[in-house]
Amino acid sequence: MRVFKPAAIPPSEITSRERYLNRREVIAGLAGTGLAFGATTALAAERLKFTKNARLSTSEPTNSYEDITTYNNFYEFGTGKAEPAERAARFKPKPWSVTIAGEAEVKGTFTLEDILKPHALEERIYRLRCVEAWSMVIPWVGFPLGDLIRRFRPTSRARYVAFKSVMRPDEMPGQRFPVLDWPYVEGLRMDEAMHPLTILAAGLYGEVLPNQNGAPLRLVVPWKYGFKGIKSIVEIRFTERVPPTSWNISAPREYGFYANVNPQVDHPRWSQAQERRIGAGIFTPKQPTLMLNGYADQVASLYAGLDLRKNY
Amino acid sequence: MAKLENHIVKLAKPLLFGACLLPLAWLVARAFGIGGLGLGANPITELLHQLGLWGLRLLLATLCITPLAVSLRKPKLMRVRRMLGLFAFTYLSLHFLTWLVLDQSLRLSAILADIAKRPYIAVGFTALLMLIPLAVTSTQKWMRRLGRRWHRLHQLIYPAAVLGCVHFWWQVKADWREPLVYAVALSTLLAWRWRRARIAQHAPPVVPAFVRSWIDSVTMPRFGA
Repeated sequence: MRVFKPAAIPPSEITSRERYLNRREVIAGLAGTGLAFGATTALAAERLKFTKNARLSTSEPTNSYEDITTYNNFYEFGTGKAEPAERAARFKPKPWSVTIAGEAEVKGTFTLEDILKPHALEERIYRLRCVEAWSMVIPWVGFPLGDLIRRFRPTSRARYVAFKSVMRPDEMPGQRFPVLDWPYVEGLRMDEAMHPLTILAAGLYGEVLPNQNGAPLRLVVPWKYGFKGIKSIVEIRFTERVPPTSWNISAPREYGFYANVNPQVDHPRWSQAQERRIGAGIFTPKQPTLMLNGYADQVASLYAGLDLRKNY
Repeated sequence: MAKLENHIVKLAKPLLFGACLLPLAWLVARAFGIGGLGLGANPITELLHQLGLWGLRLLLATLCITPLAVSLRKPKLMRVRRMLGLFAFTYLSLHFLTWLVLDQSLRLSAILADIAKRPYIAVGFTALLMLIPLAVTSTQKWMRRLGRRWHRLHQLIYPAAVLGCVHFWWQVKADWREPLVYAVALSTLLAWRWRRARIAQHAPPVVPAFVRSWIDSVTMPRFGA
């Protein structure tokens, strides 16, 4: 007769040995520097439950977790590439809520849990091409934005989707200086937002998103330059008119609404024909940038008849 | 007193020499992972930016020597000017070589297109070209050979430094704070020289009207803004 039945621990709850040891090492290294507390909370990343979507994933080798989480453009934490990782420990992505507003039948403010609950997370390994001519390959964990949009039943007047990032100068030191017009805002045309490649990511490498990568919820549009992937989203609004976007406000001649990856349309100050793949050897030449970041087969039809030189 | 000062100058030169090598040593250590250091996820860009920044800093440091020597009345300071200038040239040459070999992988057609099409690259390249004759003619022998013309030639450092600051400014996406610091430093150093030249010509050291009105517009409180 069994008197005692051990509680079942789901495999997703078990920290891998490698990561566990690594975590202890980092915490030990930081102890006494005053960073230990922040580091502990930052490193206590939860594993996520997800399935792999091989069909929509690239087979290219992924960048290391370290590269993806220490080389970031997240100006809310500072304009240096290392600053987001150094300064994001104080940021609190919990509790979190997202407001759904504008031209939709269902509106209101929802907790992150309510936003995520109905969606099955999947891993999508995507290329990320930064407008600064470097690129990475990142295993995101997320779900199609289109699935979320359908839940809120946008009306026939909803032609665009506008996104807004969080505004917390206390936790985000970069917001204390108007490098950009805070809070960060972005937008997509409705058909771009509904495209199956467009996802909202809640994690990477199977874990909850680190703060410096846009916790707790960010946009990923793999055929557009990285800056379209707005981070730490607090509002999603359906609009009839083209929504304003932060980089376009900052420099309209250099950054358009579309920001599609396009090797034939240069940035006014630098070439977009090639890109440096992060993690490649120091003597590895830059590689050619592909039209629509290599996703032309899936998304080129969205832009049929559109002059991509004018609509950059 | 003079003796003591001589000793200080003698000691200062090798110390300064060592100090100028520190950023390079730091970059080498980072490049080879010495002591757990590294250049981060994008080593080529990091190397390129650091070499360029240190080159610009040393160029501005070179331009600080004359004002310091004059205002502190320490003419012996002038003895370190050439060394600083040559270090600036060394860092900027390494910056250029990093761009040529590591960033552009020596692909000549792409390089020429870049220089022609990208104003910030053309500007940086021009600045480096201006510094080459200065480095070549930095020896005592050349100073004697060129005489008065040596001073005229070496005034090329002014446009080179201006172009260096522009080269930095034009690469920034939105955060102009750091290039602004360099631009203000350079403006101050050039303004000091301009004022000194006017005094030498017995012209009153006045601020031109357009500069004064600009200063007023910046410092006056603006209402309703």
